[in-house]
Amino acid sequence: MSILVNESTRLVVQGITGREGTFHTQQAVAYGTKVVAGVTPGKGGTSVDGIPVFNTVQEAVDRTGANASVIFVPPAFAADAIMEAADAGLPLVVAITEGIPTLDMVRAARFLAGKRTRLIGPNCPGIISPGKCKIGIMPGPIHLPGHVGVVSRSGTLTYEAVGQLTALGIGQSTCIGIGGDPIIGTTFVDALGLFNIDPETHGIVMIGEIGGAAEEEAAAFVQAHVKKPVVGFIAGRTAPPGRRMGHAGAIISGGKGTAADKIAALQAAGIAVAESPALIGETMAAALKK
Amino acid sequence: MKIHEYQAKQILAKSGVTVPRGEVIAKPEDARAVPEKLGGGASVVKAQIHAGGRGKGGGVKLAHNPLEAEALAGQILGMTLVTHQTGPEGRVVKRVLIEEGLDVARELYLGIVIDRASGRPVFMASSEGGVEIEVVAAEHPEKILKEFIDPSVGFQAFQARKLAFGLGLEGKVVNEAARLFQNLYRAFEATDASLVEINPFVITRDARALALDAKMNFDDNALFRHPDIRELRDLDEEDPLEVKASNYGLNYIRLDGNVGCMVNGAGLAMATMDIIQYAGSRPANFLDVGGGANEEQVRHGFEIILSDRNVRAVLINIFGGIMRCDIVASGVVAAAKTLGVKVPIVVRLKGTNVELGQKILKESGLNFEVANDMKEAAEKVVAAANRSYSA
Repeated sequence: MSILVNESTRLVVQGITGREGTFHTQQAVAYGTKVVAGVTPGKGGTSVDGIPVFNTVQEAVDRTGANASVIFVPPAFAADAIMEAADAGLPLVVAITEGIPTLDMVRAARFLAGKRTRLIGPNCPGIISPGKCKIGIMPGPIHLPGHVGVVSRSGTLTYEAVGQLTALGIGQSTCIGIGGDPIIGTTFVDALGLFNIDPETHGIVMIGEIGGAAEEEAAAFVQAHVKKPVVGFIAGRTAPPGRRMGHAGAIISGGKGTAADKIAALQAAGIAVAESPALIGETMAAALKK
Repeated sequence: MKIHEYQAKQILAKSGVTVPRGEVIAKPEDARAVPEKLGGGASVVKAQIHAGGRGKGGGVKLAHNPLEAEALAGQILGMTLVTHQTGPEGRVVKRVLIEEGLDVARELYLGIVIDRASGRPVFMASSEGGVEIEVVAAEHPEKILKEFIDPSVGFQAFQARKLAFGLGLEGKVVNEAARLFQNLYRAFEATDASLVEINPFVITRDARALALDAKMNFDDNALFRHPDIRELRDLDEEDPLEVKASNYGLNYIRLDGNVGCMVNGAGLAMATMDIIQYAGSRPANFLDVGGGANEEQVRHGFEIILSDRNVRAVLINIFGGIMRCDIVASGVVAAAKTLGVKVPIVVRLKGTNVELGQKILKESGLNFEVANDMKEAAEKVVAAANRSYSA
């Protein structure tokens, strides 16, 4: 099994006519994802590779039965796109866009409160259930269907971890990039909760980084609720304080959010922390054997 | 993005936040006129650099009269100010802000940031002004009052009053302070700030409320809609290599190690820095070339890494998702050729078009060391860096 996305996911691509939108739609279709619609305001009635394009998300949902959306809309318009998807009642919205103003996300998060929509991202690689459905920008071929769930704040570092797992023959149930921004929809705790109740997920890899306290909250959740083996890695041991390390959310401020604190919290919760990013796969292999 | 205190005060004053009267000057001979215009009494001369801790570093001085203000401005202008935030090299002071002296009764703290856990702005206030708020947070968290702001309605008057009464304010200054708090939030929201800090926020003996200091940082992602704020950027306050990188759309942060690195993706870039240390050396930089970097960007990134003289070896770690390995390889080869690279380079490519990328490196005739995984790459580059020291 898998979480959130699978064979019955019917995807609408917001921003399908843009360069990124078109390219990654083709990649998703090639992987086997059911892309049923695209949305670009003003281009309704056209099509991209045979996929019908609509002016609004509501119209796309009404006409195609889409049940998930992915957003490749430029940063200035992305929060609006997230709210439009939620307004159309979509249960899952995956926002890939990097660089959305924080206050736009504050308003979008407020808009989502109390609605049935789960947001993944923004500023994330997306979500993939290997062999079933790929939504986002991750390279499909590095994945292998299996039983380890992966949740991460990063993009390419997630690919690195997945690549290591696959090389060791350890497949993945679902891999979720939750995004590197300060304000995100799905958190570590949300993803861990879903993996925890998925009978087909036997172990979980969580990849965090400096900044904020999401890893500490995740550690507390794991300690209280998760019986499956969890492997962690925290990026940014060598990051200087007060500097934003690429991701808008990756910053040690006021002495808070250091890698050392997060690693200590994870270890205290019984999570096996990989010392080196090259050891994530091996650490999971060892944890699964126990 | 950061700005200077005097710029923050100009923005805040426009939003109705009371700040001390004063002027910014760049030449000592202009100093005397400022306190004279303010009535000829005491004034404060404040160095304008982006780092905090200016007072302790000797960059903030009290002048009893206009003549003294001129003398102090002469001392501070041009000095290299070292604070706990500047690093040992310090910053040269190019401007000073001269403000009226105030008879301060109480020093308080105000701050607005985005609270990640709730996804909302939070307005903080503390009776412990004038000291570092991190210290207060660690030792007396109960002394920091917080009001979370619902973005759909904004910061409400009752919240401002709660904070004012919570700070122990009394009498007519309560309403004045509450109005100032609301105006402060308005400025935060209108400018897409990521941080507004007033430390200290003061109450004078004649019961006025003023922002004695002001710090504003802005959300880089929102600068596209604030061209006026973008103009306030002071390139003198930034590392020249970091400025150059940002002009090419690259994310570069200079560090103090000797192994340069170029990576795609922020998380992998941090992990690469970490593994360099794990293998026994220290990273010279953080460099994320991003998801869609082109050949030219890669070349510029390479140029920037190599212009750091501490760099003894370079590790290129690319996990191609969107980023194609052949593009990276072409950029690296082009840069290595035009720059006449002397230091050893270890390349680890994985993902889209990896074979093509490796072929380009091999056929370049240049001496690249190729690694298949991160561990091997880190070990090779650290060994290479050590070799180039002994050579």
